[in-house]
Amino acid sequence: MSMTAPALTPQQLFRKQVSGESLQQGDPDTVHAHTIVVTLENSIGALNRVANLFSARGFNLESVAVGPTTDPTTSRLTLVTTGNDRIIGQVLQQLNNLVDTLVVDDVTDGAFVERELCLVKVAAKPEERNALTGVADIFRGNVVNITPDSITFEVTGPTTKVNAFIGMMHEYDVHEVARSGRVAMRRHLAFEHNQ
Amino acid sequence: MPDTLTQNPPAPESAPTDRCSRGVPVSGAEILIRSLEAEGVEFVFGYPGGAVIKIYDEMHRIGPQFEHVLVRHEQGAAHAAEGYAKATGNVGTVLVTSGPGATNTVTGIADAYMDSIPIVVFTGQVPTKLIGNDAFQECDIIGVTRSITKHSFLVRDVRELASTVKKAYHIARTGRPGPVVVDLPKDVIADSAPFEWPEHVTLRGYDFVGRGEKGQVALAARMIAEAERPLFYVGGGTLISGAGEIVTRLARMTRIPVTTTLHGLGAFPETDPLSLGMLGMHGTWYANQAVQHCDLLIAVGARFDDRVTGKTDAWAPHARIIHIDIDPACISKNIPADCPILGDVSTVLEQLEPLLPGASRAPKDLSRWHRQIDTWKAECPLAWKRDGKLRPQHVVEALRDRTGGHAIVVSDVGQNQMWAAQHFTYAEPRSHITSGGLGTMGFSLPAAMGAAFGVRARAERGQADDTQAAPALPVISINGDGGFLMNVQELGVIAAHKLPVKIVVLNNSFLGMVRQWQELFHGERYSHTDLTPTNPDFVALAAAFGIPGLRCTSPDAVEATISKAWDITDGPVLMEFRVVTEEMVFPMVPAGAATGDMIVQRFNPENCA
Ligand SMILES: Cc1ncc(C[n+]2csc(CCOP(=O)(O)OP(=O)(O)O)c2C)c(N)n1
Repeated sequence: MSMTAPALTPQQLFRKQVSGESLQQGDPDTVHAHTIVVTLENSIGALNRVANLFSARGFNLESVAVGPTTDPTTSRLTLVTTGNDRIIGQVLQQLNNLVDTLVVDDVTDGAFVERELCLVKVAAKPEERNALTGVADIFRGNVVNITPDSITFEVTGPTTKVNAFIGMMHEYDVHEVARSGRVAMRRHLAFEHNQ
Repeated sequence: MPDTLTQNPPAPESAPTDRCSRGVPVSGAEILIRSLEAEGVEFVFGYPGGAVIKIYDEMHRIGPQFEHVLVRHEQGAAHAAEGYAKATGNVGTVLVTSGPGATNTVTGIADAYMDSIPIVVFTGQVPTKLIGNDAFQECDIIGVTRSITKHSFLVRDVRELASTVKKAYHIARTGRPGPVVVDLPKDVIADSAPFEWPEHVTLRGYDFVGRGEKGQVALAARMIAEAERPLFYVGGGTLISGAGEIVTRLARMTRIPVTTTLHGLGAFPETDPLSLGMLGMHGTWYANQAVQHCDLLIAVGARFDDRVTGKTDAWAPHARIIHIDIDPACISKNIPADCPILGDVSTVLEQLEPLLPGASRAPKDLSRWHRQIDTWKAECPLAWKRDGKLRPQHVVEALRDRTGGHAIVVSDVGQNQMWAAQHFTYAEPRSHITSGGLGTMGFSLPAAMGAAFGVRARAERGQADDTQAAPALPVISINGDGGFLMNVQELGVIAAHKLPVKIVVLNNSFLGMVRQWQELFHGERYSHTDLTPTNPDFVALAAAFGIPGLRCTSPDAVEATISKAWDITDGPVLMEFRVVTEEMVFPMVPAGAATGDMIVQRFNPENCA
């Protein structure tokens, strides 16, 4: 094998481009986060298969959230995964191939709302309470539990906001953090469509 | 049910539902049996145990329309079902008990998953109430097989049993085929309900595409018309779709050369001058050269496996790619296609046919490309040394000459598999069966057994209704001395059923393929691959099962040995060929190397600078 890499043919360049792979050897691929909403049969087996797919195929799974829908026979899963274009394509096709998935919708490139909920329990002496609730107010957080030496806040918002809130709380003595994972929904753009 | 030697019962006169009164509750076990009958199952490869004893009891009572074959190991059952499915195109059926019975099928299920073989595996399970309690012989087989099944079902209610069976066969058979596991808790089998066979399958999350998108098909036709160095790259999906004939027709019409994968062997006759044989790691040098130089690759039911492409970055660097496949996840998985066409291979090729050069006008002049390929063929043909030693390639070619290629060759894994692939010259669909994706040693013997049941039943049916007077194709099981021992127990079944399987052991006294890598890439350190001290006497081993055995130690006796074996027509025969230990499979693309860097003959890398 020759030591210097031969120049890429036009076909090789094309393949790298559509895969989202770097054209220079050693450079990282262009990786995107994708939010995918999956409607599936409401059974533990169906959920298992989705989760299993990610480990079996070596896909990244950054966040999962699942819950029932208006139809009791289906549940709705919001997944966040990362990868280059080729890998994201694979994730979508493999999800589609599962017998129990009804709809697989990559909402990333459209307009969509994404929300995450977090609960944060911080140590709080009575004299610290005001400062803490002041921060929480900025994030439109709620106090959901209070004791003589702790407060628990609830904050909802895009993941960046939740991250920022948790970051601010780390100035204090954080006992516990619970996050729901992200849920997402396409926006209905009634007015833009009419134009 | 005891191992039955009775012939297949005649085809049902009446619908199976009529065999048990409508609306009257019957046991879950009977529902299962009636469902299999309704599905048209011919053979169930199985092994009894506590969790499924009720099913065996009902089989004894009912005398079902299918034949139950008692295997000698559940792995054998799974591979037999695969072999049966590959040889006949039907879905294979397996029935095993819970726990160890179920786990013994895992390798076969994984094998079927990798090679897209339709099988349905029924596993016993502990009673629903005990699931999760570490009950005796409990195993979460659904969990264990989740990533190696197309789908699986745990039946929790006897009223869902019949419809679940129907769904399982539907899923296994359609789209990209694959294995389906149906887990049957003991209490569900014991419970009762009326048997109702559903007319339709309803699976709202499951569908597959048949026809290719019109615009894409037209684009493919344009790309083919423009190409100067086009090449068909034909995979196993072509045979699954029954598209061997149309691929052959299209290639001959357009004069486009054809290379096939290991699983595509037989889709295009290798006797045709347009054939380049197999491509990939142990493909022909000229097929791989053609891949590296072609300007258009028409991938048909193929999946760009790493054993085909080697280093993907360097593969087919000048080719635009048309990729026809039924599995959307397969298209552009490893190498992006310029023209993806999702659909059933046969259907898409039929759509493509009228648009191609050669259909309404003269085919394009590809004579320069043909000349180039002929030069490559002459430069480095598939060859082996004729030096008075017994070489495995000689045996494979003698088997081809004996059968004229009209046979079903079932190879095992290793060097024997590659020689069987390279030298038999496949000319007919479904004439070659092997474990390609998983590479399961011990596959050949039980798979050949399953295939032999299938072809014998078909020949008998043909004789009965005079539609097909031809005798059953001979089934040849080709093994290495290592892999043969991995499911050797199935000799008992082959003997009991007098299956006329021609069993070949290419005995090189080594785990040959591993030895080859050790010689080439690991400094000739033969760590744990020498079987000389421990190999059994294969002829005596066959005799212990009541199977006649022949031993051949000289190249002069190859044809005579095969002749003797072919004289035995009423049952199996084993031929042991003592072949040269040092023989290697060439040409070869080392794992992970670029396809352009093929080793065409023996060399020791340590001696090369
Ligand atoms: C179940 C299993 N175990 C291990 C391997 C790894 N393996 C691949 S080829 C091979 C050697 C096969 O030796 P043999 O059966 O004698 O056949 P030969 O290569 O000599 O023809 C081995 C061990 C495998 N493919 N399958």
